[in-house]
Amino acid sequence: MHFSIQVNGERRIVEEDPDTPLLWVLRDDLHLSGTKFGCGIAQCGACTVHLDGVPARACVTPISAVGTAPVVTIEGIGASEWGRKVKAAWLELDVMQCGYCQAGQVMSATALLAKNPRPTDADIDQAMHGNICRCCTYTRIRAAIKRAAGLPTADTREARS
Amino acid sequence: MSIRDDREPARDAAELSRREFLSVALTAGGSLLLTLNVPSAAGALGQAAPAAPLNPYIRIDPDGTITIVAKNPEIGQGMKTTLPMLIADELDADWSGVRVEQAMLNPIYGPQFAGGSLGTPLNWIPMQRVGAAGRQMLLTAAARAWNVPLEECVAERSTVRHRTSGRTLGYGALASRAAALPAPDLSTVRLKTPAEYTIIGRFTGGVDSPRVLAGEPLFGIDVQLPDLSYAVYAKSPVFGARLVHANLEELKAQPGVRDAFVLRASQPDAAIKMGLVDGVAILADKWWDAQKALRMLRAEWAPRAASNQSTHAFALEADRLARLAPQSVLRRDGDVETALARAHRTVSAAYAYPFLAHATLEPQNCTARVGRDGSVEIWAPTQNPAPGAKQVAETLGIDPGKIRVHMTRIGGGFGRRLNNDYMIEAAAIAQHARRPVKLLWNREQDIRHDSYRPGGFHHFTAGLDAEGRLTAFRDHFITFGQNGHVASSAELPRDHFPAGYVPALQFAQSLIQLDAPTGPMRNPGGNALAFAFESFLDEIAHAGGRDPLALRLELYGPARVLPAPPPRYGVTPPPFDTGRVRGVLEDVARRSGWAQRKRLPPGTGMGLAFYYSHFGYVAEVIQASVTPDGIPRIHKVWAAVDIGSQIINPAGAYNQAQGAILDGLGQALHLLVTLEEGRVLQKNFDTYRLLRIEEAPPIEVHFVRSANPPTGLGEPALPPALPALCNALFAATGTRIRSLPIDAHRLRTVAA
Repeated sequence: MHFSIQVNGERRIVEEDPDTPLLWVLRDDLHLSGTKFGCGIAQCGACTVHLDGVPARACVTPISAVGTAPVVTIEGIGASEWGRKVKAAWLELDVMQCGYCQAGQVMSATALLAKNPRPTDADIDQAMHGNICRCCTYTRIRAAIKRAAGLPTADTREARS
Repeated sequence: MSIRDDREPARDAAELSRREFLSVALTAGGSLLLTLNVPSAAGALGQAAPAAPLNPYIRIDPDGTITIVAKNPEIGQGMKTTLPMLIADELDADWSGVRVEQAMLNPIYGPQFAGGSLGTPLNWIPMQRVGAAGRQMLLTAAARAWNVPLEECVAERSTVRHRTSGRTLGYGALASRAAALPAPDLSTVRLKTPAEYTIIGRFTGGVDSPRVLAGEPLFGIDVQLPDLSYAVYAKSPVFGARLVHANLEELKAQPGVRDAFVLRASQPDAAIKMGLVDGVAILADKWWDAQKALRMLRAEWAPRAASNQSTHAFALEADRLARLAPQSVLRRDGDVETALARAHRTVSAAYAYPFLAHATLEPQNCTARVGRDGSVEIWAPTQNPAPGAKQVAETLGIDPGKIRVHMTRIGGGFGRRLNNDYMIEAAAIAQHARRPVKLLWNREQDIRHDSYRPGGFHHFTAGLDAEGRLTAFRDHFITFGQNGHVASSAELPRDHFPAGYVPALQFAQSLIQLDAPTGPMRNPGGNALAFAFESFLDEIAHAGGRDPLALRLELYGPARVLPAPPPRYGVTPPPFDTGRVRGVLEDVARRSGWAQRKRLPPGTGMGLAFYYSHFGYVAEVIQASVTPDGIPRIHKVWAAVDIGSQIINPAGAYNQAQGAILDGLGQALHLLVTLEEGRVLQKNFDTYRLLRIEEAPPIEVHFVRSANPPTGLGEPALPPALPALCNALFAATGTRIRSLPIDAHRLRTVAA
């Protein structure tokens, strides 16, 4: 079947089965391989993209479910103000180790800040819960989100323990 | 510039052979670097001068762009940034103008691997010498161009300046002249003093990070080639089973499928050795089509006789073996039986830890292309490319010289990719299919076909005198193996602490037959042994009424340097320094408020652990409590780390230490691989429960600088995290954790 989807502001036509996950359309049809495959069952968040501005796991989103919702991937997120700030904070604090999960982390973090520009630690926990970092760069992910938001980056959670 | 040439005493085994390096560099450097040359239009001196390699690691374009080759695989440990920093600093390069290029597998670079936290100790001096040699060539070229004495020339930020006249020449302008000079003797090049470093020690972001965040195709899974086919490879869930039959014709009829065929094991014990095992390859134009066809696979497997193995049966067998005399004695100091009989009191405990999977977030994959002449080109996310290329040659029956290996960026290593099974599979599939193939495992295959961290059981007995001092120590270690040989990464080192520090000690061992593959996982041995030994040491301290910190300080004794242990991984380790143990223990105690821990509110406790591994000394304190449901709540982690005099890149170093600690905490809290009927039950992250952000506590890492050459940090911070947590939970609840992962039910009983 033909599907016409909007990816990073561009109209793209793909020939796929309706049940093909958006992840594989992005990676293998459109060669937008910044979005990663980690688990295939929406457990790790490596494949996170935005559908209509909302984080979605591309590995379990059939192409037929995308419809007219604009798709934004890591390749396109820098075009938004929050995407630019988040990426800058990520680089400034040198968040990544292996980097494989980081596209998904950035997509989730950007969606969080677009909705909630001054997130608390609890807000960060909730928004980022679905994104596994196997290298466990969580300390810096938390700090970079705060940096992008212009908040102090010190980890003050222990004071409340 | 003032430069001294007598740095730390060089460790012969840990350096490139100078002569070998030079001869290889001079004979092979040009041809190698020809492939890297990109002619540049604008040159400051000679307009069309070609890019000039100074040596196999450094090329400077006429426009001043400096390309530095990173020789080792990048798995997130940061070596692709760290090693070029060492070269660039001694080269006096302007880091902002440095481009880093990943080396291919090539003997010219010596050992190329990511393992054993050896990147830093093996390359600290050699990479600096590479850069210093380049600087010397550039200085000489400038001195000759100006016809002035060399001593009047200084290098800084990619420019040579003539001190007397103030004239300057950029490196780009000097590069082709410098490259024509003879390469200096690497053993005599002068290296900077730490005070002169401009890049070493500076917070330096990962060289690939902007490209990762731009979504560029850097990882193995991202490799694209013309006419590429995608492959899946289905293996028996029961390790080492033989394929009897598969519905190949039905698979071939699936949409998008190009071919389906059977490959056979390369050797009878291929499953244990992580070689090519029996399986069904499915090739399609898109990976998703191959993956969908995989669901239609109907295969009949014939398991080997003894492969009906289970975690439950292992535990029963361990209980049985524990009641028997050990099968072998690994070490005996003094008369442990008599010492235990004479002890004021004895403490006994049994510890157990499970099998674990690496679960790199990038599933195993590899891309291979076989040429008409039988040559093989491989793009592999591997930590250990050379053995992989050798295995490919053996399995495919081709000349090793016909294999070229590209090292891609790697989505997590943790030791999994020291094995190269996926590389062999991809090459074998490409050879059979006669077309370029990208093999990609799904997550279920990745978790069920790992080289697992082996489980193990320790039956400890300790003898204490009336003052609570440790006088006798005995461990009956029940571990896994094949036919009397200990499985990979299932060993107890003879010199494991407290061996050598207790007058009477015995380490003994018994083996359970294992048919599943095992292998190194981040801090092999230490990731399990630290939990058992450092938790039991805490028990000893409490039983004897001693402060766990004081007991450790007493056991290690006054600061002194002990003879170097025997070589490991072909490297002679530095001598063990008890003063460094004391240094990190006292540092972490001071910063965590260890001495005031009794003032913590009821239900909150502090735990301490120390572990020496991979030449690094790490002490950690954890403060924790438990929820009414028995869930551990980790308030904070303090870590003191001594990996020598110099933190090369603080950006990477703190990240490694924090990540390793959290990795260890995740193992303690959640992780477990269960075997049943010869196969692994866990399949994905719903049941293999990796740590998530809300579980990551605040961590304070402090590097204790000691006057020693820098060593690696990928692994040393992991082991103490597990016992520090378990010891904290004991302090908080009175319940001793002797089996991992931590069972919240046991803590709930106490908390309720």
